[in-house]
Amino acid sequence: MNDDKNAVEMEGISKQFPGVLANDDVDFTLRKGEIHALLGENGAGKSTLMNILTGLYRQDGGRIFVHGKQVEFRSPRDAINHGIGMVHQHFMLVPSQTVTENILLGLDEPKFRLNISHYEKIIADLGKRYGLHVDPGLKIWQLSVGEQQRVEILKMLYRGTDVLIMDEPTAVLAPQEIEELFKTMRSMTEEGKSIVFISHKLDEVMAIADRITVLRKGKVSAEGVITADTNKQHLAELMVGRKVLFRLEKADSTPGEKVLVVEDLLAENDKGLPALKGVSLNVCSGEIVGLAGVAGNGQTELAEVITGLRPVSGGCVRVHGETLIDERKSSGRGVGQVRRVIEAGVSHIPEDRTHVGSAPNLSVTDNIIMKGYREPPIAKGWSVDHVVAKEHAEKLRDEYEIMAPTVETHARLLSGGNLQRLILAREISSEPDLMIAMQPTRGLDVGAIEGVQRLLLAQRENGAAILLVSEELEELIALSDRIYTIYEGEIMGEVKEAEPEILGLMMTGTRLEDIDGVEEVEL
Amino acid sequence: MSISEQDLSQRRWSFPFRVKFETRLEQPRWFSGAISLGAVILALILGGVVLKFVGGDPIRAYSFMVKASFGSLGVLSDTLTKATPLILTGLACAIAFRMRLWNIGAEGQFFLGAFGASAVVLTPLLPPDTSAWLMLPAMMIVGMIAGALWGFIPGFLKARFNVNEIISTLMMNYIAVAWNNFFIFAVWTEGGFQMSPQFPKTAWLPRLTDFGKDIPAFRGLTTHLGLIFGLVAAAIVWWIVYRSRWGYEIRLIGDNPRAAKYAGINIMRNTILVMMLSGALAGLGGMSEISGVVHRLQGAISPGYGFTGIIIAWLAKLNPFLIVPISILFGGLILAGREIQPSGIPMLIQGIILVCLIASDFLLRYRIRIVKLAREA
Repeated sequence: MNDDKNAVEMEGISKQFPGVLANDDVDFTLRKGEIHALLGENGAGKSTLMNILTGLYRQDGGRIFVHGKQVEFRSPRDAINHGIGMVHQHFMLVPSQTVTENILLGLDEPKFRLNISHYEKIIADLGKRYGLHVDPGLKIWQLSVGEQQRVEILKMLYRGTDVLIMDEPTAVLAPQEIEELFKTMRSMTEEGKSIVFISHKLDEVMAIADRITVLRKGKVSAEGVITADTNKQHLAELMVGRKVLFRLEKADSTPGEKVLVVEDLLAENDKGLPALKGVSLNVCSGEIVGLAGVAGNGQTELAEVITGLRPVSGGCVRVHGETLIDERKSSGRGVGQVRRVIEAGVSHIPEDRTHVGSAPNLSVTDNIIMKGYREPPIAKGWSVDHVVAKEHAEKLRDEYEIMAPTVETHARLLSGGNLQRLILAREISSEPDLMIAMQPTRGLDVGAIEGVQRLLLAQRENGAAILLVSEELEELIALSDRIYTIYEGEIMGEVKEAEPEILGLMMTGTRLEDIDGVEEVEL
Repeated sequence: MSISEQDLSQRRWSFPFRVKFETRLEQPRWFSGAISLGAVILALILGGVVLKFVGGDPIRAYSFMVKASFGSLGVLSDTLTKATPLILTGLACAIAFRMRLWNIGAEGQFFLGAFGASAVVLTPLLPPDTSAWLMLPAMMIVGMIAGALWGFIPGFLKARFNVNEIISTLMMNYIAVAWNNFFIFAVWTEGGFQMSPQFPKTAWLPRLTDFGKDIPAFRGLTTHLGLIFGLVAAAIVWWIVYRSRWGYEIRLIGDNPRAAKYAGINIMRNTILVMMLSGALAGLGGMSEISGVVHRLQGAISPGYGFTGIIIAWLAKLNPFLIVPISILFGGLILAGREIQPSGIPMLIQGIILVCLIASDFLLRYRIRIVKLAREA
């Protein structure tokens, strides 16, 4: 049964973690020369399965065959010796060393004298063969993220890897880089190498994979489906276990008064360089306003300024007509500014949920009362009424389906999706007048994304003003009533019925008035 | 399908089981206490092995040590007296550490507390015949203020200029000792000796022995009112940390300062306030020590209570109530150390207990499972 068309065969793999069966009798077959997508929500068991294949974990049950021979991996070294290598989401490179040095790191060669130019040539040739262009003499810190990823792939190729596992490789790449990566992947399979492509982005999977295996809750829900025989809708169903609507039902917007007005805002980034160069925008109650832009063009700084976390050097932010933030108010140490913004009814879903939005070693309850502990009923005189706090946390846990055994559980034990739900629960339950939502669905799986989007729309129906910052254009277009586009700290234009092409042009620095055939929105 | 003979023979030689570490997600409330108790017992066994090895009789040595520190009402009282300053410095460290402010200046704050209390008596701010009902509270308040001031300085430097509090608090310990010495040698010296004159009785914290007339059993017992200060302070610190809004802010800042900033909490103000509270607690420890035990200001009022407080705070996992029994254990070890000084055994036991308790932390976080390697086909 183990014919040598198969590079890897995993049979009946099981892996138990405390409290969760991460892999339950999983079969997975990787044919020679194919790109096989491994699809599944967060926590479906993709990483566990691949960590078993790379020798990081040992399976509790089941067998692994490589090229038809049963193998038992005791360490990642065993897997590498069998030609199995993985490109991790977080790169394992030494920034102060060159590309060549990084590739040779940990190998037995060279034995004594390092003839660097000899190796640089080998690596340059290898790069040329697979379209992985990177200068072997450069230091890692000089490279872009996309180039660093190429170094990781080169490292695996140099070691003679013929089964390459790529863990969400496109997450860090720009669209053009993704295209190049796909070319490289195809040229590798043409040479007989096999690739496992881990992802939860359906479009990419449809574009690149030959076959697809879907995992759900540790079990295989579809094994080795040929890509041509399936479609996005069907795959999403397999992943989530129910029908997923890609189109959101959205009522017409009935914008009310202007809640947020931002005027000529100037601010600097952490390096002291101008990040916002005169940004003006407004958000009315009952509407979702999108802010489109490539990451790092001032979105983060804008959200931080509005929520009082970053000082401004000019302009002002008004909420309900009251000037909350201007240069004078944020001068000095800006103490109390964040609190003033919170008390004005502004909630904030931060971009970085683990480092900003939550306290990992405090309980779910403590995380939920983070914004409300100053006000009754949770505050009682100088104390926190822990009974009321607990009841409040339990209510929100049930309402927002936060999967936590108890509300005493530490936040760090929650999965990414559950943590995001906790933050949403906290920020929405205060019934804010204005919500600054940064990347609210980033890193979530299909089912969770839908839930978050529904929550945002429900807030809009309730009359909240929402400023939505997202890098997912589709999401922005689906949810927003109006969209501003930001580029290098300046607003390039504002559109109502957005088309991706127009947004794309603005995101790369073309002003709306310079684009032919588009009429500006009358305000 | 079947595993080949070679595989089987290889397996026969491999270890028949494997040790696995699993992260503990939840743990029952009693678990942490049980593990710590187990660690102490293990430490005593290990210490016993060492004792046996050097030719001693562990049972006798231990029973002697227990007798020396817990064996009678008298020595138990002495142990509690030793534990009193430890409880207060332990609490001082615990509240600061909770916010990840590494105040290692409890020693200096302890000295300043002693200085402040002495100043009331010796300057004198109050005449010697002042009623104890006024004298003692005044000494407490001035002692705590002096300690709080000693905490305020590094707290302010940290908040305003981001000066590393580990360095500043450590350095301020030396200043505090020198400051005290100046007053002991120059200002308040008693006939050129390195100590101040003895305080009037009104500046003495009541001891159990003071009630010896009415209750004969209390005769000679040195335990003083400072112990009650320690217990009340433990309760108050517990309430602050786990029940008050301020304590919530402290815990949030300690766990994730960025989240605290995002929640609109003033980190600078809290840094200063927590350092001041920490200093005030250590200062109260200093006041209770000179008013309850030494009855004068002198150089050797602390064998490193402020530093032992750091260890106690960590062993108690920053839990204010656990600080009390752990301080008593350490008080007992200090006392036993005095009794059988030459052998150094109590120091050894103290060290082994520390290592075991710190190592036992691993068991709290991980479950150890021994997995038999299955020979399934």
